[in-house]
Amino acid sequence: MLKAALLISTSIALLSFPASAAQDKVKIGFISTFSGPQGVLGRELLDGFNLGLKHLGGKLGGAETVIIQGDDQAKPDIGVQLAEKMVERDKVDVITGINFSNVMLAVAKPVLESKTLLLSVNAGPSQLAGKECHPYYFSISYQNDNVAEAMGQFLAAKGVKTVYLMAPNYPSGKDQMNGFKRFYHGQIVGEVYTQFNQPDYAAELAQIRQTKPEAVFYFYPGGMGINFLKQYAQAGLKSEIPLYGPSFSLDQTILPAVGDAALGAFSTSFWSETMDTSLNRKFVADFEATYGRVPSPYAATAYDGALALNSAIKAAGGSKNREAVRKALETVKLDSVRGDIKFNTNHHPIQNYYLYEVVKDPKGRLTNAHRSEVFRQHKDAYFESCKM
Amino acid sequence: MGILLFLEQLLNGLQLGTMLFLMASGLTLVFGIMNFVNLAHGSLYMMGAYFAATLFQLTGSLLLASAGAFVGVLILGMALEAIILRGFYHRDHLDQVLATFGLILFFNELVRMIWGPQAYFLALPEMLNGSIELIPGAPYPVYRLLIILIGVAVGAFLYMLITHSRLGMLIRAGASNRGMIESLGVNIRILFTLVFGLGAALAGLAGTLAGPLLAVQVGMGDGVLITTLVVIVIGGIGSVRGAFLAALLVGLVDTFGRMLLPASLAEMSIYILMAAILWRRPQGLFPAHG
Amino acid sequence: MVRNRILGTLLAIALLALPPVAQALGEPFYIGIASRMLVFALAAMSLDLILGYGGMVCFGHAAFIGIGAYVVGILGHHAAEETLLLGFIPGTSSGWITWPLAMLCAGIFAFLVGAVSIRTQGLYFIMITLAFAQMAYFFFVTLKGYGGDDGLRLPQRSQFSDLISLRDKTTFYYVALGVLTAVYLLLLRVTRSRFGMVLRGAKENERRMLHIGVPTYRYRLAAFTIAGALAGLAGALMANQANFVSPAMMHWTRSGELIVMVILGGVGSLLGPAIGAVAFLSLEEVLSAYTEHWQIALGPLLLAVIYFARRGIYGALVTRRVL
Repeated sequence: MLKAALLISTSIALLSFPASAAQDKVKIGFISTFSGPQGVLGRELLDGFNLGLKHLGGKLGGAETVIIQGDDQAKPDIGVQLAEKMVERDKVDVITGINFSNVMLAVAKPVLESKTLLLSVNAGPSQLAGKECHPYYFSISYQNDNVAEAMGQFLAAKGVKTVYLMAPNYPSGKDQMNGFKRFYHGQIVGEVYTQFNQPDYAAELAQIRQTKPEAVFYFYPGGMGINFLKQYAQAGLKSEIPLYGPSFSLDQTILPAVGDAALGAFSTSFWSETMDTSLNRKFVADFEATYGRVPSPYAATAYDGALALNSAIKAAGGSKNREAVRKALETVKLDSVRGDIKFNTNHHPIQNYYLYEVVKDPKGRLTNAHRSEVFRQHKDAYFESCKM
Repeated sequence: MGILLFLEQLLNGLQLGTMLFLMASGLTLVFGIMNFVNLAHGSLYMMGAYFAATLFQLTGSLLLASAGAFVGVLILGMALEAIILRGFYHRDHLDQVLATFGLILFFNELVRMIWGPQAYFLALPEMLNGSIELIPGAPYPVYRLLIILIGVAVGAFLYMLITHSRLGMLIRAGASNRGMIESLGVNIRILFTLVFGLGAALAGLAGTLAGPLLAVQVGMGDGVLITTLVVIVIGGIGSVRGAFLAALLVGLVDTFGRMLLPASLAEMSIYILMAAILWRRPQGLFPAHG
Repeated sequence: MVRNRILGTLLAIALLALPPVAQALGEPFYIGIASRMLVFALAAMSLDLILGYGGMVCFGHAAFIGIGAYVVGILGHHAAEETLLLGFIPGTSSGWITWPLAMLCAGIFAFLVGAVSIRTQGLYFIMITLAFAQMAYFFFVTLKGYGGDDGLRLPQRSQFSDLISLRDKTTFYYVALGVLTAVYLLLLRVTRSRFGMVLRGAKENERRMLHIGVPTYRYRLAAFTIAGALAGLAGALMANQANFVSPAMMHWTRSGELIVMVILGGVGSLLGPAIGAVAFLSLEEVLSAYTEHWQIALGPLLLAVIYFARRGIYGALVTRRVL
């Protein structure tokens, strides 16, 4: 009996955290994947956001800012639960940090219905850019298809006649390939979807060798990208058929782990660690000094997210009038490590996309070096179906 | 499919199979002798890769790194057995599954705290980085051939160990009648610790070998664990011979499935194989316990 | 006995009083958390029927939940889009139709899985149920028409009548509590019936049961199917609770967590696994709020519970009736 009472009372005590009062503080709910194999993404995003906050003196729009962190474990239902908790109990002003499209899609409804600002610093599912766009939803990063569209455009302009496509068998993989095909109109000689998190690609590589395409366009983020790059090089294909990918396949969560295997591969992106804007130089240098590694695009967009919120909250005169913050975000000038970006009518960025090549920097590390501009002030394919 | 491509895929299937065998042999040995299900086997694989990657960065020698990782996981495995897992030998499989499920969570998080969430780099020396044309027109990576050789060598070693050594005799005796060797006065504790350590070290070896091919990262053992379990179930739990054949079978089915079947079906191919085999033979291909 | 009765009454009062108390404390958020716990409790209870009473360690239970959830999700999707499923089945959001259908589909799948799996034993059984769950998982991951890995949003929650709106947190809580109670009473009857005796008998000594002429296979298969159908019901509730379905619901780690809940709470006690679900989710909630590295604590904690508290929380709380 006593045991039971004790158990119940301690669990209640543990569950009911003191709801911190101070009304004028800006509260940010940061939901991301922190645990498990995908935990690297959450870390990148949070570190980028925190660095932005640090550069702003720990304040957004001049107000003290607290970050409430939540680990979605890459599971949509856990994301929803965290979002509801942050909205209802913590009364956060903004929810941000979400890295997976499936979590974003699940979280969107409860968050947006409560008129809490939802700012994407990574995931950009097409639904939320088109039909299901919402006044309280903003993406500071991109729409999922954009980066692949740029590579489609580049290879088409380059006059490459045959391309072989590879991606994991899940919606983002198909979105990337569709984005590519939207702008590339040459011949697709192979289109292979592999199991999500497949470790070994020997069988697929043998088929690429047989098909002899002019180029391989592949989308493998994270660990899959590392596996693919290493094995591609070991199979001796690197010198025969050049590799092209969206930046997710060749960013700084991948390059340090593949060594020379990635040298000479090309990617398209809206940003790279070598981008030459004064804000970006400061961001990259401070990021490295603080966290001991080179930032990835995930960190960069999260950093921009902090800057955007700062500008909007400042313009709105505080975070509590959410309608004002939302409106400010639509019109305010965005400071960005990417240089010139602004929001389109569907609250997704209009920005430039560039071609990068993986080279060695003076310290012998792999980086994405700027080669050319592919798209100027590019818009996503869905904004016209967004009626706000 | 041309004959050359077929041969190349055959090699790929064998290579995947030998890799799986390195994992499966340890797991099935531990099950056969101690009647113990160790889900943390995948974590030992991960630890092998991390040990090797770390030692490689310190020494620059892949050979030293591999040897160090082997010994490291051997010690880790024996320590794990002696301190924690020994207490679960007399529990039912469910308790063992859960306890080692807990260990998976622990190891994944431990690695993330020590090495960080970023993937680690493990390079190949120039010598192993090339390809040779075994099949004309289809150069095959030397390193993958090396994995096949090591896998076959380990298979031969285990065969010799089990059929021709005193330890092997005890292992065989233990697999068929656990009570008997206890009554023979063999120090069963040391035997168990040794066998567990050997199984762990084989998993560590597999992780080390996978290092240069794959991303060395948190959770890398989880996927391979599931496939390994499929292998030992098909082979008959406790049977090293069964594990060897099943590993090759799974390697080949998976490789050719990916080539010939539509994507969704290819992902399920080894599970369909397992269900079909268990439908005909509920104890797997080579049941170890009568 | 008296102690058990007091405990039971206290538990019932606490469960009934939770929403008004949470409202009064100004923490209505806990109603949502509690509802989620009730749904997991239902899933864990259904697993206990086969795991605890039948000795069948199903490592693919999350698949049945996922199938139930997808039935609700897919029919709701077609209702909102005004399209036909497979070209001839109209969609619907009526809970009177979708919930029983969720149970039916999950039950049929469980029947098929069971028909193959129950021929095997021990670790083979664990693995083959996992294999089927993996197949279901990959099937839904690649099902692009319904969102694939991105999942599928429920256009609206299941409709029952104008009086019951699942959109309302408190209503949802009481519906979940009602369903859980009904299933508990049902399973209590089932496990104490002749059917339950045979099931337990087959777990203790299958050979003896076969010798006295009981076709244990059929009994086991029936239990497996019932458990699958009830898991499907939990899935229907889960879809409504999160307003979302996705393959992540049937990932193998979810099946593992369900087993953990059953063991943590106490195998073969029905109420135990329900308590285990609540305890596990609370633990996750508390630990993950405390540190990002919460799993490093959760792992050893699990190990300790399994090592030291073999009868689970329920066993520690309640004096056991002699069977």
